[in-house]
Amino acid sequence: MGRDAHMREIQADLIKDTIKTLFLDANISIGEDVSTAIESAYAREKSPIGKTVLKQIQDNNRIAAEQELAICQDTGYAIVFVTLGQDVHIVGGGYSQAINQGVREAYEEGYFRKSVVDEPIYSRKNTGDNTPAIIYTDIAPGENIDIEVAAKGFGSENMSAVKMLVPSDGEEGVIDFIVDTVRKAGPNPCPPIIVGVGVGGTLDKACVLAKKATMRTVGSRNAHPAYAALEEKILERINKLGVGPAGFGGDTTAIGLNIEYHPTHIAGMPVAVNICCHASRHGIARI
Amino acid sequence: MKEFCEVVTPFTEEQARSLKAGDRVLITGELYTGRDAAHKRLIELVNAGGEIPFDIKDSIIYYVGPTPAKPGAICGSAGPTSSYRMDKYAPTLMELGLRGMIGKGIRNHDVIETMKRVGAVYFAATGGAGALLSQCVNSSRVIAYEDLGPEAVRLISVTDFPAIVAIDSYGANLYDR
Repeated sequence: MGRDAHMREIQADLIKDTIKTLFLDANISIGEDVSTAIESAYAREKSPIGKTVLKQIQDNNRIAAEQELAICQDTGYAIVFVTLGQDVHIVGGGYSQAINQGVREAYEEGYFRKSVVDEPIYSRKNTGDNTPAIIYTDIAPGENIDIEVAAKGFGSENMSAVKMLVPSDGEEGVIDFIVDTVRKAGPNPCPPIIVGVGVGGTLDKACVLAKKATMRTVGSRNAHPAYAALEEKILERINKLGVGPAGFGGDTTAIGLNIEYHPTHIAGMPVAVNICCHASRHGIARI
Repeated sequence: MKEFCEVVTPFTEEQARSLKAGDRVLITGELYTGRDAAHKRLIELVNAGGEIPFDIKDSIIYYVGPTPAKPGAICGSAGPTSSYRMDKYAPTLMELGLRGMIGKGIRNHDVIETMKRVGAVYFAATGGAGALLSQCVNSSRVIAYEDLGPEAVRLISVTDFPAIVAIDSYGANLYDR
């Protein structure tokens, strides 16, 4: 067993440190993709109050970076997507323990808010260290570990929705559901938002894809031309809703819309819409 | 039109009634902080015949759970949370004297009707601008429910805290378009 196998050994501590750095950075420095999108929204926005809000967001993000202060007081639920190379051998500790320890240390040392409760209905006791993280792991050929994280705020998470559409609903059905979800969310998810959409798979798969879509670079497009065109089309529809920055009206309701799709069943067309606030805090790293 | 209206605490009915939806305000004075868990406890206390552990008359509650303050700092990041989650509790607090609420997003019919009757105002601050808004905070101390951590009730003092009248005491609503 394992006679010919070359395994790359990776210390669990390295995973922990990588996770920690990613969350420390993400919560303090807004990504260039988001800041560029806000800047161009500011240039386009015609509503005076909308412009004021966009200016406040820009000032906020600058102050956060300068003072190493959290961009938003909701420093989020720690979301971690990992693609684990099958030729990696993790040594010196457990895999998910390392991830959670990285989250724990980042939230403590960064003076971030701990926003996770142990159980949802009865005790709702704060776990005190923002763990456990939500971890999704894929295994792929190779000897690297690719990590993608997001600090996901819940004001926008609460405005998300999933619907089991059927094949006959077609493109129009998908568009209507997404636009309607954003319309209903109104001012609550801290617009301008980033809309993550998952289409296909199963109920659960669509939701995970939608989450992943919120983490894709703002302004990037799906590699499939039809989906790239659909992203543009829905984004335009959403920005005609008039919700505007902070929901006070205006041309900028969303600064990004990313769709991820997956094969699905002959009977179905699940669509999940995961909304992310303008403080879309995400980061990637390779070990 | 003045660019900003000054709002000070105690926030009297006279001040509240003078504000209109869409007015941009700068708030100076003392605010209480409170969000989901603190509101739940306060209402359970009132329902059990107890008294609110702070002076609620003509007060303003800011729906916020700040990040921890760094050593030497007054307050961490402190932007508004979604207000609708407090809709179930807000009318009772307004009946007891609460006159202002700061948060973000929509409110329900019950909240708005109570605001009209008692003369209260709902202010919205910019969501996701917690670092910016924290610069207006001059002092902060926990005054109740310390065990709730980020959800504890704090008394904070602020200077020129920027907000907008989202719903006024006559029921006019900036979010209605």
